[in-house]
This record gives sequence, C-alpha cells and structure tokens, in this order.
Amino acid sequence: MNNSLNFGSQNQIKTSIATILANLFFVVLGFIVIFPFLTIFFASFRPGQELIRYGLSLKIDPANMSINNYVFLFSGTHSYFTWFKNSMVLTLLTVTLTLIVCYFVAYGLTMYDFKGRNLLFFLVIATMMVPFEILMLPLYKQMIDLRLINTTAGVILPRMTAAATIFFYRQYMMGLPKALLDSGRIDGANEYRICVQIMMPIAKPAFAAMAILSSMGAWNDMLWPLLVFRDASKFTLPIGLNTLMTPYGNNYDLLIAGSCFAILPIFIIFIAFQRYFIDGMTAGAVKG
Amino acid sequence: MKKLLYSQKAAPFVFVLPFILSFAIFWIYPLISTVIMSFQNILPGQVEWIGTRNYERLLKDRVFHQAIKNSFNYMFWTLVMLIPFPMMFAALMDSRLVKAKGVFKGILYLPALTSVVVAGTIFRLMFSELEGSQMNQVLAWFGMEPVKWLKVYTTSYFALVTVACWRWTGVNMLYFLAGLKNIPDELYEAAEIDGASSFGKFRHITFPLLKPTSIYVLTISIYAGLAMFLESFMLWNGNDSPQNIGLTIVGYLYRRGIQRNQMGYASAVGLVLLAIALTINVIQLFMNGSFSRKEDK
Repeated sequence: MNNSLNFGSQNQIKTSIATILANLFFVVLGFIVIFPFLTIFFASFRPGQELIRYGLSLKIDPANMSINNYVFLFSGTHSYFTWFKNSMVLTLLTVTLTLIVCYFVAYGLTMYDFKGRNLLFFLVIATMMVPFEILMLPLYKQMIDLRLINTTAGVILPRMTAAATIFFYRQYMMGLPKALLDSGRIDGANEYRICVQIMMPIAKPAFAAMAILSSMGAWNDMLWPLLVFRDASKFTLPIGLNTLMTPYGNNYDLLIAGSCFAILPIFIIFIAFQRYFIDGMTAGAVKG
Repeated sequence: MKKLLYSQKAAPFVFVLPFILSFAIFWIYPLISTVIMSFQNILPGQVEWIGTRNYERLLKDRVFHQAIKNSFNYMFWTLVMLIPFPMMFAALMDSRLVKAKGVFKGILYLPALTSVVVAGTIFRLMFSELEGSQMNQVLAWFGMEPVKWLKVYTTSYFALVTVACWRWTGVNMLYFLAGLKNIPDELYEAAEIDGASSFGKFRHITFPLLKPTSIYVLTISIYAGLAMFLESFMLWNGNDSPQNIGLTIVGYLYRRGIQRNQMGYASAVGLVLLAIALTINVIQLFMNGSFSRKEDK
C-alpha cells in the first residue's frame, strides 16, 4: 500500500463531499429565496376572498385554482393598466433624463481640469450623506409652491442628478484615454460634439449598466411619487397596488395577480442583462 | 459669446451646470428650509418663530422615543443579519467548490427586483395572524399555537427583519463578491504553502482585506436601517400599528408632516434623524480608521 496515494484519494473524497455540501447549501438558500415568489404565484390562481379568510396557505389545492384573476386583470373594469402605463412613461422619462444629465455632469468632472472640480465632486458625494427621507418634507412643500405637485415633472426633476449614477459614470470614464479628446479637437470637432459623438459611444457599457439599474429604481419607486401624485388617474403601479390592500370587492384578486404581473417586466430585463446589473450595482463598493 | 461657450475653458462648466442647479434648488434650498422650519410653528397662512421649542417638545415626546427605539432595533438586527452572513456566503460562493455560480447569484438577487409593495403584500399575507397563514402553519408543524405576528413586538421585528433579509442578502453578497475579486490569488496560494486552514485564510486574509467593502456595506446599512419606513408602512397597511410597534422615525416624520401638516415639528424630527445618522456614521468610520491617512488601502 502506498501511503501517499491513499492520502491523496482521501483528500479527493473530502473535496467532493465539500463540493456537494457547498452546492447543496446554495440550493437550499435559493429555494428559501424563491419560496415567497412561488407562494404569491400559486396564490394568484386562487380567489381573493379565500386569501382574506384563510391567509396564504402552504397547501396547493388544484380543485380551487383557476385563471379567473388573470381574466379579470386583463378584461375587468379597473385602473390597473392606467397605473401600468403611468409607471412605464415615468420610468422611461426618468431613465432617459437621468442618464443624459448624469453622463454630462460626470463627463465635465472627469475629462477637464478646472478650478473647483474637486469641490464639486465632494458636493456630489455630500448629497449622498443626507437620506432622501429627510428632504422629502421640504421638497414636498417646495413642489406645492412651484405648482409642480401632481405632475410628472414634480416627480422627476428633484431626482434627475443622482449622485450614485454620476459616481458610476465617473469611475467608468476615468479609465478612458483623454487623448481621444485631443484627436477630436485636431479634427476640428467642438467640445460638445466630442462629448456626444466620440465619447458617448465608447461609454455605452456604462449607459447599459445605469439604464438597467435606474429603470429598476424608477419602476419600483414609491415614497416620492406617493407624495407628489394626488389623482388616482396619475398613480404609478406601486401606489395603485397599495390602494388595493382593502378587503372589498375584487381588490385582492387584482392585487395578487397584478403584483405577479408587475414583477414581470423587471424579471425579463434582469434575465436578459444580468451581467450589467451586477457591474452597475457593485461599482461603488469596491473603490468607494 | 458663442465662441466663449464653445471654448475648452467654458465647456466643463456647461457640463456640470445641471448638477449645480439641481444641487442648489433641490438639495441646499430644501435642507436650509427644513432647518428654518424646525424653529417655527407653521399653520396655514401663519408662521411663528418659536426658537427651540420643537426640539424641547421632542425631548418629552414619548411616541418619538418609541419611534427612535423601533428604528434602532430594526437597524441593529439588519446589521447583525445582513453583514456577517452575506460575507460568509460570498466567501463560499467564491470558492472553487460551487458550480453554477451565475444561476445562484441570479436567484439570490431576484428579491431585490421587487418593489416594496409587492414584497410587503407577500409577507403581510405570510405573517397574517390567521391560523392558515404560512408562518402559523410552520409553527403548527412544531406543535405550536398560532401567533398574532404583527401585533406583538418581538414577532413584528422578526417579520420586518425577515423582509429585509429576503430582499438584501443577495445584494450584500454581491457587494462582498466584488470586494473578493480585488484580493490577489497569490495571497491565498502563499497561505496554502504555509499550511493555513480554510478558516485561517478567511480570518487572516479575506476578512481584513474586505474591509473597504465592509465599511461601504455598513455605511449604507446604517442609513437604510435608520431611515426605514415603507416596509413598516406595507406590513401594517398604513402608518398606524397597534401601540405604534411599527412606527419608525421616518414614519413619525410622515405622520406629523404629511398626515397632520405640522411641518415645523416634522422638520425637527427629520433633523434629529440626520444628526443621529451622521453621528453614528462618523463614529463608525473613525473606529474603522477611515480618517487616518497612514493606512494604505
């Protein structure tokens, strides 16, 4: 018997046991994480009245399941798709404006040397030190004074220059060669043309990462739109769904089926662009 | 004029102008106005300067003290649950043992995609006091009586922290994974040659070198914990909970400022929150040595 060979195979067994345990651990963890999604998915096939009476049960009873809630979601009289459309429009506008504005600001802060640049960057970081929840009250008053309450502009304007987004663009652009600017200048392009026509295409991956992250934020945003919007016809999906949390009529049918359907757009985007999600999200944590 | 605007000197200022405007109008202005309002009693059409009386009232306001206690309690448990565990998960995920990393990472990130409304709806139903609710069914397996989860203090915070863990474990794990990528493999190889155990490597390499990431996660977790509001708003279907067990500092700010239109008093609440958040973070950063220049990161 060769002692060292024996030792080697023992080690191999050890490693494969560890591999099984480690993977099993994440399978279990993954199941725990998915479980709430599964319950709401199964619940969306049960009558809402039953949920109110018995709660979200662990049992799955096929006899009691139907697609009635989804039939009601797509053909009943309710405001769900008004909210859905409002959320879509608000998300698209917010993302487009935020990305363009933040790109320009980060571009100015990264590509040029000018007096006060460091101070400005410090101010960008400083805005992150005050939680939005503290500013929401004076901002709400300000929106009333500016007559922007109950308008889309009132929701978007105060949040257009997002510090985290500026920070991300800056991190990305610090890695780009500034020589490109000079070669653009030699070719006779002015500063703004260089910014838009030469540098913007190069920064495409940064745009992709931020587009995804900020559309997720805008789609799910609730607190600020809740304060700004007053008419039910202007509500976004999160606010609208929230109003359904009363046990009257078909509210719960709509709430559960509607919640499942509201997750869908973000899920699709996530699965398609998973890589960008993670890039954009973790940028601040590494060099922060 | 046009020539100046197009010059290389003026261009950067044009680029950063949106930030300067938005900073002045939507950050400095509201911040100053909330400081001023906190010294005022604001009634419709009538503003009265009352000095520090709002703050004096806050000192004696039992409900406010309850809200501070609740927010701290929530913050404390989210820090306990959402820093060490995601860090260990990330270290395990980063090891050679785990296959299909992409799938696992994707799944653990999924809850972060849901809005607080959807998450709140799910967990409100799961933690309902009905006998047939999921959490009570789980208790029944262990032969325990159903619990009125959201009417008792301890179980309420169990529910709130569960929601937080469900939503943010994956996100924090990804932060730590990004931090782990920055640790050179040579360090681990050197430790292996020296015969270090897995735990020894985690204790002496991974943990200290993850410090910048840990500080980042700690900082945002402190803020998020202290400023929590919507999670409680969703679980109790509004800002009112039995004996205010779900009332947080921001919830109290919302109640006074928006629901009762007492802007002055609510501003004082907000500024106390700001002072608390800044103080804790400065202490935390100081203790972690972020202010000392000697340390090379």
